[in-house]
Amino acid sequence: MSNNSNYKDSSKASPSGGGLEGASSYLKDIFNGLKSLVIGLRRTFYYFTHHKEIITQQYPDNRETMNLPERFKGEVVMLHDENNEHACTGCTACELACPNATIKIITKFDITPEGKKKKAIDKFVYHLELCTMCNLCIVACPTDAIKMAQTFEHSVFNRADLTKVLNKPGSKIREGVE
Amino acid sequence: MVEEIGTTTDGDIIINVGPQHPATHGVLHLVITINGETIKKVEPHLGFIHRSIEKMCESLSYRQFIYVTSRMDYLSSHINNHACALCVEKGLQIEVPSRAQVIRVLMDELTRIASHELWWGAMAMDLGAFTPFFHAFRERESINDIMEETCGARLTMNYMVPGGVMQDIHPNFQTRVKNFITLYKSKVGEYNELVTGNIIFQNRMKGIGYLSSEDAISFGCTGPTARGSGVSCDTRKLYPYEIYNQLQFDEILETGCDSFARYMVRVREMNQSIRIIEQLIDNIPEGDFQAKTKAVLKLPKGEFYQRVETARGEFGVYIVSEGGTTPYRIKFRSPGFSNLSALDHIARGSKLGDLVAMMGTLDLVIPDIDR
Repeated sequence: MSNNSNYKDSSKASPSGGGLEGASSYLKDIFNGLKSLVIGLRRTFYYFTHHKEIITQQYPDNRETMNLPERFKGEVVMLHDENNEHACTGCTACELACPNATIKIITKFDITPEGKKKKAIDKFVYHLELCTMCNLCIVACPTDAIKMAQTFEHSVFNRADLTKVLNKPGSKIREGVE
Repeated sequence: MVEEIGTTTDGDIIINVGPQHPATHGVLHLVITINGETIKKVEPHLGFIHRSIEKMCESLSYRQFIYVTSRMDYLSSHINNHACALCVEKGLQIEVPSRAQVIRVLMDELTRIASHELWWGAMAMDLGAFTPFFHAFRERESINDIMEETCGARLTMNYMVPGGVMQDIHPNFQTRVKNFITLYKSKVGEYNELVTGNIIFQNRMKGIGYLSSEDAISFGCTGPTARGSGVSCDTRKLYPYEIYNQLQFDEILETGCDSFARYMVRVREMNQSIRIIEQLIDNIPEGDFQAKTKAVLKLPKGEFYQRVETARGEFGVYIVSEGGTTPYRIKFRSPGFSNLSALDHIARGSKLGDLVAMMGTLDLVIPDIDR
């Protein structure tokens, strides 16, 4: 016990009390102390005998049955439909919204059938190693081209593997998305 | 600055606790001068996890800088984000929809419970009891699941944005929070059985780490640390923000001034948070979850300050704006820094074995102290 000089503890029996009174309060303290220990241990043994109330998840053995919520922020992905088309116009709203320069959009000019030049994305570069999953790019996107995926096991052996190009090879912008 | 190892001219021994020490909750380095087993001086050394967050914020826009504050006091990240959002709204003079206000308060109180639960487990672990840590994490897990479902993350949510909240609450939110309240009420008795009533725990807490009301004020302590010394300092009561002035809850004050009083403040505060949640969970108003804001936020020229009550005390955000898209200067007033400054005072004269218990009751989160 500490003897902090500026503190007087009234809850403790004074050691100089002595006599029968001191002895009975001493025994009472021991009895109450043991009682408090028994109460705590009773709770411990309750869980020792009630295995069903243990809620530990057996990760990674439960990968198949594990359901992460729809909004869980794992990594940014670009949505592609069955025709390998996406909705990204290359407006760089996500690039500007990102606090960490995670996103870099490289644009190119497509020639439309009418012979006009049209701006389109060449590469949507995403640096997963810089991303803090703040969701600001998703909110900023005017065409809902990107979303958060529920993957979370991102560890790789080479840091360069975390730099990803999100638009699939050969993909192009969906008709009618401006 | 004292020498970090060796003996002083008085024959006192200087030892180091940390920065890599399992009992210091992070990279806190304490240089302790001891005479025998009695502590003569405790000198905290900071700087091991300095990330210059305030400087970083100067290059980020008013939407972007909020996520950084989640990395300061990561156990009450919602409340930190809330303070930043409120400060920006104060500058822009945006009226936040009532639905967003209620969601924000609900999230704040859930975060407070989660933070106190973790503290309770870690506190018992500091004293050598390992099981309570898992009991605390069991209840905290259900809060984390609620957060994960609505905000998309378990610890650094970035859910509060200027003007409201980022997304509307998940359809399951109300049911799950009600389930949590039932769960919490059925399990809170175990906390008292396991730890609060335990004779070993009480003997190690009562009368240890005396911090008088005057000292608590002069060291700038806030939150449960000061309320354990009987100082009324709850920002939710004194400077109400959002809808706190319409809610029924008590400011918990204990007059013991010792470690046990600070412990009891936090345990009783969890029940008050449950009380706030119970008042709001069935009364979330309909409407927008976010006010209409401009795409690029520009604060008018001036200075803005907003304080909130985090799980550890008063957290303040001070923004100086020159009228541009990024702040000119940002200062955060973190509760942990002031609370840590009292450690030397309360530890002097006590035994080395009690130091970790005293540190535990201050509820230190090192990234909050050292930004």
